[in-house]
Amino acid sequence: MPTTRRQFLNLAGSVSVAGTIPIVTLRPLEATPAMLSAAIRNVVGEAPVRTGKVKLDIPPLVENGNTVPMTVSVASPMTADDHVKSIHVFNEKNPQPNIGNFYLSPSSGRAQVSTRIRLADTQKVVAIARLSDDTFWQVATEIVVTLAACTEEMN
Amino acid sequence: MAALINVPAKARRGEIIEIRTLTSHIMETGFRHTADGALVPRDIITNFTCRYNGAEIFRADLFPAIAANPYLSFFTVAKESGKFEFEWIGDNGYSSSASASITVE
Repeated sequence: MPTTRRQFLNLAGSVSVAGTIPIVTLRPLEATPAMLSAAIRNVVGEAPVRTGKVKLDIPPLVENGNTVPMTVSVASPMTADDHVKSIHVFNEKNPQPNIGNFYLSPSSGRAQVSTRIRLADTQKVVAIARLSDDTFWQVATEIVVTLAACTEEMN
Repeated sequence: MAALINVPAKARRGEIIEIRTLTSHIMETGFRHTADGALVPRDIITNFTCRYNGAEIFRADLFPAIAANPYLSFFTVAKESGKFEFEWIGDNGYSSSASASITVE
């Protein structure tokens, strides 16, 4: 019996469906690029990182990625028993994943640091705080950048 | 090197004060190219330290993702009258320092 047009289309359809499945599963499951997670692992090791306590103040829409004001603060009493040891800030899509490490002590009084950063692309910025009990807390913020920094040509 | 330091001249004992610092530096990322394709070598400040009467109260590691003319603001508890010393260290042997004094009542 010759193959009918209907049978052929059914067959072609099932082949193309089967063909797309491997393509979908090849996509990375986690959107976080490897460089970012490697930089974070470098700081926290195998310790779990919980979400909370940390606040990242940064404009959600940035016109010029060359200088972006950023403030990181952590809810902490900053006493000898319970304080923030350090704050680490990372980015997702700059040429390298670190932004800055800031080391505090109980004599800081308030766990808050401000600086100005560069962002090469629309991306996620992650701030992680290490507390005195060696627990890690994080916050991640998505920022839209219209003019990129870092890699432009020099005039 | 030019640096701008903002520390309150006077504070009450135990008060939490903000310290703001700004220094002039190109913070060349090392990822940029000239028009003819040559890579511009990295030239950044890598470390910042603040000491209060000799004791370290704040330290930062900086990366190329910090904007040119690095600005840093942080807090400390005003414990006693004295001096804040600031030090910036960077690539190619870069080093600069500044200081500010405070009266604590």
